[in-house]
Amino acid sequence: MDLVQWFAAPLQNEFMVKAILVSALVGVVCSALSCYMTLKGWALMGDAVSHAVMPGVVIAYVLNIPLAIGAFVFGVGSVIAIGFIKSKTRVKEDTVIGLVFTGFFALGLVLVSKVKSSIDLTHILFGNVLGISDSDIMQTLIISVITLVTLAILRKDLILFCFDSTHARSIGINTVFLYYVLLSLLSLTAVAGLQTVGIILVVAMLVTPGATAYLLSDRFDHMMLIAMASGVFSSVMGTYISYHIDGSTGGCIVVLQTALFIVAMIFAPKHGLLARAKNSRTVGE
Amino acid sequence: MDAVGIDIENLPVAYNGKVALHHASLHLTAGTICGLVGMNGAGKSTLFKAMMGFVRPASGRILINKLPIRSVQKQNLVAYVPQSEEVDWNFPVSVHDVVMMGRYGYMNLLRIPRSSDKSAVRQGLERVEMWQMRDRQIGELSGGQKKRTFFARALAQQGKILLLDEPFAGVDVKTDRMMIDLLITLRQAGQIILISTHDLASITRFCDQVVLINRSILAHGPTSEVFTEENLSRTFGGSVSDFSSAKECVLNKTQTFPHPSLPSGEGTRF
Ligand SMILES: Nc1ncnc2c1ncn2[C@@H]1O[C@H](COP(=O)(O)OP(=O)(O)OP(=O)(O)O)[C@@H](O)[C@H]1O
Ligand SMILES: [Mg+2]
Repeated sequence: MDLVQWFAAPLQNEFMVKAILVSALVGVVCSALSCYMTLKGWALMGDAVSHAVMPGVVIAYVLNIPLAIGAFVFGVGSVIAIGFIKSKTRVKEDTVIGLVFTGFFALGLVLVSKVKSSIDLTHILFGNVLGISDSDIMQTLIISVITLVTLAILRKDLILFCFDSTHARSIGINTVFLYYVLLSLLSLTAVAGLQTVGIILVVAMLVTPGATAYLLSDRFDHMMLIAMASGVFSSVMGTYISYHIDGSTGGCIVVLQTALFIVAMIFAPKHGLLARAKNSRTVGE
Repeated sequence: MDAVGIDIENLPVAYNGKVALHHASLHLTAGTICGLVGMNGAGKSTLFKAMMGFVRPASGRILINKLPIRSVQKQNLVAYVPQSEEVDWNFPVSVHDVVMMGRYGYMNLLRIPRSSDKSAVRQGLERVEMWQMRDRQIGELSGGQKKRTFFARALAQQGKILLLDEPFAGVDVKTDRMMIDLLITLRQAGQIILISTHDLASITRFCDQVVLINRSILAHGPTSEVFTEENLSRTFGGSVSDFSSAKECVLNKTQTFPHPSLPSGEGTRF
C-alpha cells in the first residue's frame, strides 16, 4: 500500500477526520499541561485526579450537564480530600493519594454499573474517539481553548510557581490561586483526554510528552514546543495506526508516546543514555 | 516615600504548637546592616519566615514601612534570599531567567520585561560577576555560583529591604568579599539589610548592628556594644567551640570595626 493512500484513505470517513482532529487537539492541550506536571512533580497527582473525576463524569451524564463540570467538582474535591486527610492524620501523602483516588474511582464504577443503560463503561475507561459525538467535540474544543488561553496568560507565573514557589510568595504572587488553577486545568484536561484515550491512560497524555521534552531541552519554551509536537504526532499517528490495524486508539497513541520517550531517553543529545555514556568515557580517558 | 523601617513587636512564633521564637521585638531604620547571630535552631530562619509572612505569628505584629507584609510584598520593597533554595536544579531555566524572576513584581500580568527590567537584571548579574554565565542552565553551576545567582535576583528586585538567610554559607573568600562590598554600598544607599550568619569573624567587618538570638532576642544594638563576650556566651549557651571562636572575634574586633572601608573597585560595578 502506498504511503499517500495510507494517509488519505481513512480521511474518506467523516468519523476519522473528526477523530484525527480531536485527538490532535487533545494531544496539544495535554502536552502543554504535561510540561507543568512533570516539572512540578505532579505525575501521581495527575493519576489521582484523572481517576477521581470518574464519579463526576457519571453523575454529569445522568444529570445531562457537561461532563467537564462533574469532573471539575470531583477532581478538585479529591485533591481537597487528599490535603485534608494528610493534614489531619499521620498517614503519608502517597498512601493518602492512593486510597483517595481508588475510592473515588470505585465509587464511579458502582455508579456506572447502576446506570448502565445510558453509559458505556468501556468508552469511559478506554476512550471512544472514533465514535465521538458533536457535543463531545464542542466540549473538547471549549476545554482546549480555556486551557491554552490560561496557560498562555499565566505562563511565567506558573513557571515560577513550579520552580520556586517561595520566591513567588515573597513577591506577592498568590500561589494558592496558581495551585488551584493548575489543579482545575488538570481536571478539565482529564475530561478532554478521557474522550480520546480513556480514563486509564489519560495520565500518560499528561506526563509522557513533558517527560520526553524534558530530556531534550534545557529551555522551558523549547520544552513546551517539543512536548506539543510529540503529543500531536503521537495522537495523529496513533489514530491512523489504530484505524489500519483495527486496534485500540488510546492504546496506539500511548504506545507511540512511550516509544518517543524511549527514543529520547537513548538518543537525547545532552541528557540521553548514549550522550551520558560518551561523556563518562571521555572523562575516563 | 518616607524612610524605610522595620517594626517587629512582641512576636511569638510556633510550629504546630511548639514555640520556636518567644517575644521578639526589633526596630530597624534606614541605612543599616544588621547581623543576626545564634546557634543552630535558635530561630533565625524562623524570624525571616515570620517577616515574610510564611509562618504566622501567634500574636504581636510585624510592620514594614508601617504596612503589613502582604501589601509590602506587592510594592517590591522586600527581597528575601532563603537559607537554602528548595528548587529543582534540573529545571529548564537559565541564570538569566532566574534573575528576571526578581522583576516579576514590576511587570504586567503577562510578565513581559521592559528595558528597565532588562537593565536591572544585567546590573544584578554583573555585580555578582555572573553575566558571562547568564545562559547556563542553573544546574550547571557550582554551589557558590548558585548562591550568587539568587543573590543577583535579590539585587535585581531593587527592594529597600534585603533579608539574607546565611548568604555566605559555602562561598569562597572572593565571593564573600564581593558580597560584603555590595552590601556596604546598599547600606550607603539607605537600605536595610538583615543578614544571618555563622561567620562571627566577618560580623565585625560590616555589620553596624547585631541581633543576638536564642529562642528569643537576647540583645540588639550597635555591634561595638552588643558583640561582647558576655552576650555571646549567653547566646551560645556555653557551647565550647562556638564560644571560643566567638571570643576570638570579640578580641579582634577593635582592628576591624567600626568602619569597613570600600576596597577600590574590585571587579564590581556600581
Ligand atoms: N517547619 C518547621 N516545623 C517545625 N519546627 C520547625 C520548623 N522549622 C524550624 N523548626 C524549629 O524551630 C526552631 C528554630 O528553627 P530555625 O530554622 O529558625 O533555626 P535557625 O536559627 O535558622 O538555625 P540554623 O542556624 O540551623 O539555620 C528549631 O528548633 C526547629 O527545630
Ligand atoms: Mg536557619
